[in-house]
Amino acid sequence: MSAAQDDVKAPKVDAATSVIDIENLSLTFKTNDGPVHALSKIDLSVKAGEFVSLIGPSGCGKTTLLRVIADLEQPTSGDVTINDMSPHEARMQRGYGYVFQAAALYPWRTIARNIALPLEIMGLDKAEQDKRIAANIELVDLQGFENKYPWQLSGGMQQRASIARALAVEPDLLLMDEPFGALDEIVRDHLNEQLLRLWAKSGKTVVFVTHSIPEAVFLSTKIVVMSPRPGRIHDIIDSDLPKDRDLDIRDSKAFLDLTHRVRVGLRAGQER
Amino acid sequence: MRVERAKTSPPPVMSHMRGMMRGGAGGGGGSAARDGGAAARVIVRAAPVLVVTFAIVVIWYVAAVLLNTPFQRDIYKRGKLTNVPVIRLISDTLSQRRPVLPSPHQVGVEIYKTTVLKSITSKRSLIHHAGITLSSTLLGFLMGTVLGILLAIAIVYNRSLDKSLMPWIIASQTIPILAVAPMIIVVLNAIGVQGLLPKAVISMYLSFFPVAVGMVKGLRSVNPIELDLMRTYSASSFETLWKLRLPSSVPYLFTSMKVAVAIALVGAIVGELPTGAVAGLGARLLSGSYYGQTVQIWSALIVASVLAATLVALVGLVNRIVLKRMGLAQSAAVST
Repeated sequence: MSAAQDDVKAPKVDAATSVIDIENLSLTFKTNDGPVHALSKIDLSVKAGEFVSLIGPSGCGKTTLLRVIADLEQPTSGDVTINDMSPHEARMQRGYGYVFQAAALYPWRTIARNIALPLEIMGLDKAEQDKRIAANIELVDLQGFENKYPWQLSGGMQQRASIARALAVEPDLLLMDEPFGALDEIVRDHLNEQLLRLWAKSGKTVVFVTHSIPEAVFLSTKIVVMSPRPGRIHDIIDSDLPKDRDLDIRDSKAFLDLTHRVRVGLRAGQER
Repeated sequence: MRVERAKTSPPPVMSHMRGMMRGGAGGGGGSAARDGGAAARVIVRAAPVLVVTFAIVVIWYVAAVLLNTPFQRDIYKRGKLTNVPVIRLISDTLSQRRPVLPSPHQVGVEIYKTTVLKSITSKRSLIHHAGITLSSTLLGFLMGTVLGILLAIAIVYNRSLDKSLMPWIIASQTIPILAVAPMIIVVLNAIGVQGLLPKAVISMYLSFFPVAVGMVKGLRSVNPIELDLMRTYSASSFETLWKLRLPSSVPYLFTSMKVAVAIALVGAIVGELPTGAVAGLGARLLSGSYYGQTVQIWSALIVASVLAATLVALVGLVNRIVLKRMGLAQSAAVST
């Protein structure tokens, strides 16, 4: 991200502004075995610059909630606004970047061409495309791999490339759906640290889905604990960990207290 | 002819063994040993094909002798010849002018005479006829591939077309092409279309089908996550088609094109039959059967199958080049 772009966006990063507002949101899937209540009466507000994690067991609707925000699923009832727009309008204006569980890089495109994909669709000129590709490749530390094909990269590098692709759109809002779920713990720790640094540097708002408690606590300023059947919010925990943190913080008392609270919340939500 | 070749030149395996032995005995013959290794690899790859070819030739000769014997015995009876030795019977059955089943060497000689020994412009040159068939095959194959791709796109992007069009596409292939071909020729002739195009239309009629079916599968083969990605970019359906669905269907396209090109050749040959056997491999087949020239029929058949094999191999070659250039060669190799 160039300094000039950060200047333009600076006024938006204001702690008071709501980026995402969700009121009384419910979503029911109709299946052959009857209706499935994926989400029930969700109320959530995400402020600009926050790092919000959605955590919960499988089937609690955390991915579905993220997909509703991204306009990839339609809610049955309730209101969702993203920067005062409907999710559909936000999607049409490319108001967010989305990172999927799998890297979803197109195998016939090199890493650079994969990052160029959204830029081509946005209709940016070649010079601007090249500038953004170079900047974001550097950001995720993939210099020298521009002309490699996805299968020539490890899983962690592929996921980094997909993050670079999402960032190249230069969205204020980043939606991440268990992006590191398929990676081993060492790579995951490393990428968590990189992601945190990236977030601190760019001032973006991040909504992050995970089922790993340490990951959620380590990354977030706000942890949303969800419980299944029907998917709902059990607890919202504000983290008071310093914004500038590294992996060593995981041994601190504050971190362990937060971890404990999340774990208790998850268990209570499960038993209810 | 093939038998003669097999007799005069030693089988490749033996010459290779001699090469190995020479390399071993010489001790310092490093390059000879290396050549031997390369030759061994070629032989290992070619051996199964050679064995099958050899078996087919042997079966062919045995069948030719058995099938031609009754007629040969008739000739002997009429010529009041008795006690003909078996060796003479066999050699006679393999050199009849109009045998029930011509022997491989008769077909080989006929092919040699009508390709190498005839000028290409001659009406008796098989290359001339093969060229005519090839041109309508390629035109029909091209039209069929384009039609197949367009139909597949229409079907994938329009649910009602999927329901309404697909049964007709399948029904079109249940009608015997031999019944349809004359109708197409007659109808097109009535509106003044003659020559290459009617035959190409028959080739197209056959070859669009595998392409349409393969491409419907190919265009639908995209990962849901890759489609979601396009939605998050608010990409238009054309962009999704051009940047996602078409590239991911390329392996499917080539697989169906291999079937389509072979079937297009069949279409072109069938299309040459009702036009009164003017030119082309189909014409050679038909005039051969008019005059009982079995050797001519078989040589046209052999040339047609060699042509088909070459076309399929060419599509395969283009397939490999395209996948390599797309960076898909590795993932394709992994998946097979």
